[in-house]
Amino acid sequence: MQNTAVKIQGLTKAFGANNVLRGIDLDLPKGQVTALMGANGAGKSTLVKVLCGVHTANAGTVSLYGEPFMPSSPAEAIAAGVVTVHQSINDGVVPDLDVASNLMLDELANGRGFFINKRKIRAKARELAEAIGLDVDVRHEVSELGLADRQLVAIARAMAHKPKLLILDEPTSSLSAKEAARLFELIDRLRAQGVAILYISHRSSDIKRIADRIVSMRDGKISGVFEDTPLDYEGAVKAMLGRAISEIKLDIPEAGAPVLRLENMVLQGDSAPFSLDLCDGEVVAITGLVGSGKSLLADVLYGQARQESGAMQLKGAAYAPQNQAAAIKVGVFRTPKDRATNAVIQDFDITKNITLPFTARHSVSGFIMRKSERTTTQRMVTDLGIICQHQSDDIGSLSGGNQQKVMVGRWMAEASNVLVLDEPFQGVDIQARRDIGAKIRETAKGRATVVMVAEMDEAVEIADRIVVMAEHTIKGEHRNENIDLNAVLAQVAGAESGQVNAD
Amino acid sequence: MELVIKYGFLVLMAGLVIFFSLSSEFFATPRSAVFIFQSVSITGILALGVTATLVVDGFDLSIGSTATSALMLSSYVMVVWEMSAMWAVIFCLIMGALVGLVNGLLIVKMKVPDLLATLGMMFFLVGLQRIPTEGRSISTGMIMPDGRVTEGVFSPAFLALGRHKFDFFIENLIPVSVVVLLVLGLIVWAFMELTRHGRLMYAIGSNERAAELAGTNVNRYKVLAYMISGVLSSVGGILLAARLGRGDIASGNNLLLDSVAAALIGFAVLGAAKPNVFGTIIGALFIGILLQGLTMMNAPYYTQDFVKGAVLVVALVFTFALSKRGGAH
Repeated sequence: MQNTAVKIQGLTKAFGANNVLRGIDLDLPKGQVTALMGANGAGKSTLVKVLCGVHTANAGTVSLYGEPFMPSSPAEAIAAGVVTVHQSINDGVVPDLDVASNLMLDELANGRGFFINKRKIRAKARELAEAIGLDVDVRHEVSELGLADRQLVAIARAMAHKPKLLILDEPTSSLSAKEAARLFELIDRLRAQGVAILYISHRSSDIKRIADRIVSMRDGKISGVFEDTPLDYEGAVKAMLGRAISEIKLDIPEAGAPVLRLENMVLQGDSAPFSLDLCDGEVVAITGLVGSGKSLLADVLYGQARQESGAMQLKGAAYAPQNQAAAIKVGVFRTPKDRATNAVIQDFDITKNITLPFTARHSVSGFIMRKSERTTTQRMVTDLGIICQHQSDDIGSLSGGNQQKVMVGRWMAEASNVLVLDEPFQGVDIQARRDIGAKIRETAKGRATVVMVAEMDEAVEIADRIVVMAEHTIKGEHRNENIDLNAVLAQVAGAESGQVNAD
Repeated sequence: MELVIKYGFLVLMAGLVIFFSLSSEFFATPRSAVFIFQSVSITGILALGVTATLVVDGFDLSIGSTATSALMLSSYVMVVWEMSAMWAVIFCLIMGALVGLVNGLLIVKMKVPDLLATLGMMFFLVGLQRIPTEGRSISTGMIMPDGRVTEGVFSPAFLALGRHKFDFFIENLIPVSVVVLLVLGLIVWAFMELTRHGRLMYAIGSNERAAELAGTNVNRYKVLAYMISGVLSSVGGILLAARLGRGDIASGNNLLLDSVAAALIGFAVLGAAKPNVFGTIIGALFIGILLQGLTMMNAPYYTQDFVKGAVLVVALVFTFALSKRGGAH
């Protein structure tokens, strides 16, 4: 029993009507690295937040070496021995303070006393740094350190509490291979000391190197535990993404002429070059894990970023947009991901949100013609099935799915050459997803459509062709007909195309 | 509750008018009404300007000093350079546009936060307007630093801007400044509410990133907002100069705060909870009504700021605490 550091049973957490954690049963053994995999929205972050004291669960129990563990604040969690190192490295350090202060931050924040004894703090800080192999002068400001060293500062600070459970959230996402290797050595040492480690990531290279077991999460529940060696990474990915068998059988039309050609594109650093044709009347889904390069590609297509090398051609002419205005001008439109931050104008109603990019087309001498706006909006409301009382409803009164329909309507109201939809189904219910997908397919003729998706379900429901990206390049392309899901999932997980039967 | 938030403020204003009319027989007369408008016309014009910058989620703190710089500049043009009223007006408007342009560029190109940039501009202008006359007010017959005696005068045409009253049912009822306030109010309202440019400016204020990704030229509109503010402030300064008839160095010190108060009170009008032109005008009027009523009831002058502040705080609490927008929950 004492080998189980953390035992979670029936953990439930809901936000209003939204059931995020639906009964998590999970054991975390001491001295082992448990990798936790799950897609966006699966509930990973919420689980971590409950464990580190930011949220309180609605039901269920967590015990730490047999003792009940239900912290009501991060300070309590840390005091009990559960420490978290966050994905965004800069969230775990105070750049304007020196290393010593950072390492002793929790003591400074919660300790007694009025004055700071600098020498004592520095001495203690030096001990912590050495214990972890952090080789920096503790008097330096953290802002002078690179990201990898900052991360070690965050981890060293965590270790000061002699944690029973260490939670690492996507720790290698900002590290180079060499820095990651140094991190893994540290993890090996911690493991040997008996610390239970929860390692959140889906990078196959990380997991193959460091994990003792893999746990997959899907829709708020644990969907698979993989403990047999060699670890079944592909099985875990499948459990994470779900079997994507859908009743929808699509009519795949003859692809028209290529509208947008990407040739020998190197998206970033030294990623492998790829080429891709996006054709008239075709809907292409691009799938891949977080960090695979999908969003970067969407940014490049819309003029938000530039590729390292390679060329794009739109209907025969060179296409290298400097910004979104250049993209819009030649008919390349994009619905961004994270609509709350990037798309929704909270103060506007449905009509104003829909007509935002094209107000000029609804204006005469600068004055907006409400009738013209209303006609366009009504068309989008009908076509996409936006559920609302009236066009002049505040956008905030709509559900997530309906808000996303408005955002899609914004860019479908006018004809385009290329329509890019970046993760359009984030926080969208299944019915809204089906409505949007159907409309995209119905209107596909006359433009090329590219959809970046997170889940295989989405890709299979909507696309003529499914493209798999990993490591900033294309690993495979599949026609969406009698699709071999295992092959696709293997590619998503990072195996080279053709090497489906990995060890 | 929705109705309370939406119409509460206007009802309160109507209630105040009734109360003051009953308390003082002179309150509800045409001249009294016009006087209210006149008393808030200059701050109202400046408030229109700062509203434009608030709409794009900025804040122009330099409106007061731009107005007083226009006051000094117009005086200088006529008294020291002995040029006509028309030139005085032209120079001031150009100065206002330039101030707005510099503010805007500091904010969008140099990435200086709006409050800091306009605050710096405010100090800069306050200093600048005093340098040519070594800190003294401008009037005919003053001795300049270089020894000359000024001979220019405020031209009658210019003074008319401050003194002339139009006939409207009653003779000599409506002063020029009130007409200017109403006309500019209408123009700015139409620009912000009816044109696509105003629409895009509201979009920028609500979610700049989203507006940008939808193809809006955010920088251009932000600079425009500050230029509108600068020009309107200089109009206020011109009217102030016309009213005073001299380049009074000590005038206009409360312009900034009174104008900002009017614009912020505007948030409470019709439950807008954000900057809006109609609200700004109502806000300016509300202050005017309140102060006029209190004066007629013989309230001491030092209670005025207290009342203004109380009204502002109550209006903002009313709007933000009660509305579902922008509140913690």
